Amino acid sequence: MADLRTNFIGIKSPNPFWLASAPPTDKEYNVVRAFKAGWGGVVWKTLGEDPAIVNVNGPRYGAIHGKDRQLIGLNNIELITDRPLEVNLQEIKQVKRDWPDRALVVSLMVPCEEQNWIDILRRVEDTGADGVELNFGCPHGMSERGMGSAVGQVPEYIEMVTRWVKQHSRMPCIVKLTPNITDVRKPAQAAKAGGADAVSLINTINSIMGVDLDIMSPSPSVDGKGAHGGYCGPAVKPIALNMVAEIARDPVTHGLPISGIGGVTNWRDAAEFMALGAGSVQVCTAAMTYGFKVVEDMIEGLSDWMDSKGHTSVDQFIGSAVPNVSDWQYLNLNYIAKAKIDQDLCIQCGRCHIVCEDTSHQAITNMVDGARRFEVIDEECVGCNLCVSVCPVENCITMEPMAAGSIDPRTKKVVDKDYANWTTHPNNPMAVKDAAE
Amino acid sequence: MTQSKAGPDIAPGRLHEDAYSENFSDLHPLLEPHEAQVEADRCYFCYDAPCVQACPTSIDIPQFIRQISTGNPDGSAKTIFEQNILGGMCARVCPTETLCEQVCVREVAEGKPVKIGQLQRHATDHYMAGHDATPFDRAAPTGKKIAVAGAGPAGLSCAHRLAVHGHDVTLFDARDKAGGLNEFGIASYKSVDNFAQREVDFVLSIGGIELKTGMRLGENLDLAELRATYDAVFLSVGLGGVNALNKEHESQNGVLSAVDYISDIRQAEDLARLPVGRHIVVIGGGMTAIDIAVQKKLLGADDVTIVYRRGQERMNASRYEQELAQTSGVKILTNVQPHRLVVDSGHISSIELERTSTDEDGALKGTGEYLTLAADMVFKAVGQTLVREDLDASITIEKGRIVVNADNRTNLDDVWAGGDCALGGEDLTVTAVEDGKIAAESIHTALSEQAHATTESRESVHG
Repeated sequence: MADLRTNFIGIKSPNPFWLASAPPTDKEYNVVRAFKAGWGGVVWKTLGEDPAIVNVNGPRYGAIHGKDRQLIGLNNIELITDRPLEVNLQEIKQVKRDWPDRALVVSLMVPCEEQNWIDILRRVEDTGADGVELNFGCPHGMSERGMGSAVGQVPEYIEMVTRWVKQHSRMPCIVKLTPNITDVRKPAQAAKAGGADAVSLINTINSIMGVDLDIMSPSPSVDGKGAHGGYCGPAVKPIALNMVAEIARDPVTHGLPISGIGGVTNWRDAAEFMALGAGSVQVCTAAMTYGFKVVEDMIEGLSDWMDSKGHTSVDQFIGSAVPNVSDWQYLNLNYIAKAKIDQDLCIQCGRCHIVCEDTSHQAITNMVDGARRFEVIDEECVGCNLCVSVCPVENCITMEPMAAGSIDPRTKKVVDKDYANWTTHPNNPMAVKDAAE
Repeated sequence: MTQSKAGPDIAPGRLHEDAYSENFSDLHPLLEPHEAQVEADRCYFCYDAPCVQACPTSIDIPQFIRQISTGNPDGSAKTIFEQNILGGMCARVCPTETLCEQVCVREVAEGKPVKIGQLQRHATDHYMAGHDATPFDRAAPTGKKIAVAGAGPAGLSCAHRLAVHGHDVTLFDARDKAGGLNEFGIASYKSVDNFAQREVDFVLSIGGIELKTGMRLGENLDLAELRATYDAVFLSVGLGGVNALNKEHESQNGVLSAVDYISDIRQAEDLARLPVGRHIVVIGGGMTAIDIAVQKKLLGADDVTIVYRRGQERMNASRYEQELAQTSGVKILTNVQPHRLVVDSGHISSIELERTSTDEDGALKGTGEYLTLAADMVFKAVGQTLVREDLDASITIEKGRIVVNADNRTNLDDVWAGGDCALGGEDLTVTAVEDGKIAAESIHTALSEQAHATTESRESVHG
């Protein structure tokens, strides 16, 4: 079995699966249950200053479901912990003492005044916690009070607060980023400039889950009104993966440790985040959907996969996919693929035909020699992958690369074996010209 | 095979009183909304979907299923009713396993078709529970009058479509209530809670249809008179006669018509009062044979045997129906034909059967081997016949059915026909509905052309 032990900015944990700062990590009771279940670490639900905040007493969550009530996306309007600071600190101290091998990071959110941060850091340090995570991400409620994502959206504030934290504390510092921003590299750069040991992302995404058409209220509805909440769960994973990758490959932040968050539901999701540079992952929605037991297959699945690939430790594949994350302009325009339909697997639903016919390139037949049959017309196929995406049968339609030297029936041109991209393409007005010209 | 017993053992009330409602409850209970959503989500919304091609009434199946999936069950029902106003009954009785569901791509792919019939019932039941009337509005009155003889599925479908087009329809039926085989000829567990009559009310809610029951062609109704009184006539009289075995003792006690008994079951106010034998033999291989056999078993008969003269693969009843019978405890005995009805004191006591074989030309012949089955009741389910004496002698009849063209028009210019009495197509509720629909459109076109021609000639006179 592969070794899953993780050392993330000096914080050690038996596996890379941490529970994110969220409702599951609000109390000793929950966290102990999580550790018993096998979670490698937790980020304790965000602490604030006394008096404790209050939460709404109506619905705090809303969901997007599949037809069989599969939970695809979740949002919440719960704020940071609503329990007194001292109660949380005592519990953190106790848990860390009882579970020394697990990562215990404390999430913090206080107003942007240096003294406020000094005060809380002192008290957290006293618990023996492994590190702090600065919550610059929450998009609801706290942001209206100048905290959470209101800070995370201003790189200068991120840098300023991070610097205070590093200056006044010995603890490793993770800066948690909000995705509610145009370019996630900027806050990451600011965190690094402020001395952060790592960033974690993504926090939740601003969202309205739906509208109750009977009462004309956004959902979830609190007495007829709704406020935007933070969106998370499987639906946000692609957004999170991109943001993680952007930071991992940005020259300024490349190498900055990342704790990946956003829709991690199983071991494969975790492996993907880690391949894009995450040194640990944080999970919330999967646990809130199924309970803490989901960590068992995360651990086993990741380990089995690592065994199958010959990885003996997580460091061997963390970041492995980062070099392959490119800009569009560098993609190989000489790579030519055609869709191919396996007639033995085809069940003749015709979806590939109608989507190609109506919305794309008219490259799939619906009739051949008078019989219902779906075949790719290579003369029209641009290799867009839409048919593969909509086909209900796995592997029925595949994208087959054309061999170099063959003729593309669509363009009638020879498939070039050499790599060539947009930067040198003749249609590009900005193309790099031959030096001779 | 031979069993001995003393005298016929026929008695009502063979079951505990609670067993009747249980045995005769819905064969397929209504899908709950969540079940329907999950099932609807299995539909791939195929392009040029095979299921639509396979539906005799061409219901846009992917569309109605999608409408269930999007939370628009009323819209879904409208999609169904546009093509098939008896979509509710068809959802219950269609042999979907040989129609839409047989060609469902998921049947082809994984042997588990989308439950199209049950989804259709979900939508139509939802609509009918929430609305008293059909979703259609009548066109402006045309002043044309059409007689529809026979208020079964073909007649109801035709009458409804004609009424939608603004024509006035008189709908005659020989029985004391409308519905035809939907009311009198279908196994009870396929149509519970008086659905057939509720559906008749639903169809008639369009308005412009006057129902006259107790009116039978050849008795108190005459085709020539109808032709003289109405602008057009649609014949949907079904098959009023039953085939005979042509065996001695056929008229003795205990030798019964399956069609009549099925009707008795449907009309019974108390199933516990129906007489049930211990040993039942059903002769035939179609849906009627299955319906009587299964229901006799459900009423408490000890053993029920369907005897069919050819192999099981030749039975007209669908595979699904055959399996339904077998899982209900009915035995299907094939390659045997009735040889002799054995009577004891004026009542059937057993039936002698001869084994059969088929020669190279497909001709059936007895092998000379015999077996005897004890029988308190023998049901004849060997086909129904058109009573041609009821019709005008000038109407063309072939193979015992009224000849019609692609528009369901007969050789008489003002007479159309559809349903079981017309030649061609399978004898299914859904094909009857389609016949009625086609005929109604053809009648409408013919009468519109007539009206147009009249107007034009009037205009030319004045011009």
